Amino acid sequence: MAKRKKIVSLLLSSALMAGVLAGCTSKEETSSGGSKSGVTEKITFLIDNQTQLDGIEAIIDEFEKKNNIKVEIETRPGGAEGDNIIKTRLATGDMTDLVWNNSGSQLQALNPEQNFVDLSKEPFMENIMEDYKDAVSANGKVFGVPGTPTNAGGWLYNKKVYEELGLTVPKTWDELMANNEKIKQAGKTAVIGTFKDTWTSQVIVLADNYNVLEENPTFAEDFTANKAKISTTPAALRSFEKLEEVFKKGYMNKEFLATGYDAGLKMLADGEGAHYPMITFALANLATTFPDKMQDIGIFGQPSDSAEKNGLTVWMPAGIFINKNSEHIDAAKKFLEFYVSQEGVTIYSSKIPPTGPFAIKGVELPDDVYPAVKDMIQYFDSGNNAPALEFLSPVKGPSLEQITTQVGSGISSAKEGAELYDKDVEKQAKQLGLEGW
Amino acid sequence: MNKLANKTYTYYFLLPAGIVYFVFFLLPTIMSLFFSMTWWTLTDWKFIGFENFVTFLTEPSLNIGFKNTLIYAVVTSGLKVIIGLLLGVFLSSKLKTVGFIRSMVFFPTLLSTIAVGIAFTMMMHPSQGIINIVLSGLGIVGPDWLGDTKIALLSVALVDVWKGIGMATVIFIAGIMSIPEDYYEALMMDGGNAWHKFKSIILPLSRPAMNTVIILSFIGGLRSFDLIWTMTKGGPGFSTDLIASIIYKQYQAGFFGLSTAGNVILFILVSALAFPLYAYLNKKEVDL
Repeated sequence: MAKRKKIVSLLLSSALMAGVLAGCTSKEETSSGGSKSGVTEKITFLIDNQTQLDGIEAIIDEFEKKNNIKVEIETRPGGAEGDNIIKTRLATGDMTDLVWNNSGSQLQALNPEQNFVDLSKEPFMENIMEDYKDAVSANGKVFGVPGTPTNAGGWLYNKKVYEELGLTVPKTWDELMANNEKIKQAGKTAVIGTFKDTWTSQVIVLADNYNVLEENPTFAEDFTANKAKISTTPAALRSFEKLEEVFKKGYMNKEFLATGYDAGLKMLADGEGAHYPMITFALANLATTFPDKMQDIGIFGQPSDSAEKNGLTVWMPAGIFINKNSEHIDAAKKFLEFYVSQEGVTIYSSKIPPTGPFAIKGVELPDDVYPAVKDMIQYFDSGNNAPALEFLSPVKGPSLEQITTQVGSGISSAKEGAELYDKDVEKQAKQLGLEGW
Repeated sequence: MNKLANKTYTYYFLLPAGIVYFVFFLLPTIMSLFFSMTWWTLTDWKFIGFENFVTFLTEPSLNIGFKNTLIYAVVTSGLKVIIGLLLGVFLSSKLKTVGFIRSMVFFPTLLSTIAVGIAFTMMMHPSQGIINIVLSGLGIVGPDWLGDTKIALLSVALVDVWKGIGMATVIFIAGIMSIPEDYYEALMMDGGNAWHKFKSIILPLSRPAMNTVIILSFIGGLRSFDLIWTMTKGGPGFSTDLIASIIYKQYQAGFFGLSTAGNVILFILVSALAFPLYAYLNKKEVDL
């Protein structure tokens, strides 16, 4: 018996050890080319692997030719996993010189004052658009330059399907719903849902911010100060109701829970689906996979309930930030200056056709931009745009994508979802240590 | 003898092992108990008492998480015991191909959980997945395995059983093989049949193996995370959230103190369930 027990405990402990051993990380080793001159300065640059690097690499090539500085890119995973890598590397002092990160609430989560170099005094910052500076600031200090053109959240649509069915771009939410009905009757998918990639389920709620701010101009400040809740602010609750309505009327593809982002893009490009509520960085993905379909894709802002109010919710691009503990701050600044110059923008655009206007003053776009970008520019020229809530307020609950999946698939109602999100937001605000929570 | 031992071995011999144990096991445990009571940003912390525990326990999705974790642990360990025992009996027989079948059964255990998760997610796609294609060939309309909130958790649990059954079977085989032949001979003398052999010899005498399987798979089920995260990420919505996935999402959001508190709660939960279970199972063990 004693022997038997020993065998069993041996088995047990070896099984436990196997559990302990599971969990290894691999790090890509980047070899540094031996510099002949001996004085070449090397700066490192951490970017997520979801970002298209062609434009950035082209800028780096040109920059290296002009300066005796070498820029080396390191990649990291995107999404929340990547956020953790950034946080950990900042905390352990193992950060690269340059850091690519989202602007807005996801920058605030990194404690920018402690970790990044203040750029507000730099001459090249004068050309950056004010809205963008707001999204990369804390306590009056500005920390980053825009890394890509500006994005917008709205309804991407297939112009061919619109033409075929004789539809016009809707001015109100009701008109959009009427369009959806006609598309559904014609046997096509009216609204492409790709909730397998849960983040895509948030777009209808987030892209409604222009309309929310039209109704309540101070909503963002009140929301940050805990004076306004989503579930008790009719205009904000309306965003959740819109998502609920799309589900209830059955406008989405039947398998929206098992469909992913890439499949959604294909449906839109093929005209199998007419609308895809999405953020315009998708245009870059579309252009790579379906270059011949780009002429068919357009975008309109999520309509409000009134025909007079028509605008676009803008996503501020990711930024490039300088690590405060870097030993090459001057070289890094030089790189940023080149990056946001007209020359830098021209090099970037030659590799990646712009998917929106740049957040840099006085920089011109080429004439042959995609139709969807032309649609976007109209909203910029007329001034009918507003940043998404996450660029106006550091408050953004981490569970929004789960909650919008619930509302968008009928598990909970719009009101329940909004209440759940209010609780989620409260938790996050407390963790950030914001005043008034 | 005692004196000699005292002279020969000093406690300094314990030091290397002791240091490793302290630095890698004891210290992190103490630290996590401490940080679970702080507001923590990795570089900066503030003591806030039990606030994290209150926040964690009032988490809206936690009810679902507790329920799902228990269901998941019971379903996976239950099925592993039943199927593992049957396979164990079958594979400890003297079949010619027994070695081949044993390795077939054990094979899934060697695969990476992530790879298994991705493969099954594709196979469980409602229209393009091979499972539903086969079912529709048989004239059955297959469900949306991972999209239907009622069955999504069970779908993942079944994959977990498929993957873990090899380990359970091997433990059962080891248990059954170590039953001395004498018992079977005695049974033959008494004229017992195969059913008696199973009921009166194999079942009671493979008890230690069964207890090992129950304990291992139950604890494994309680703290299970990787498979659910690859297959559903706790979704749709929160419907397949387990305690471990709730903790992970809080960690992702940068709520380090809060997620550490969650881990302490999970630790208490696992201990509170596993120790009594272990004691109970041990009491029922019979001696050979």
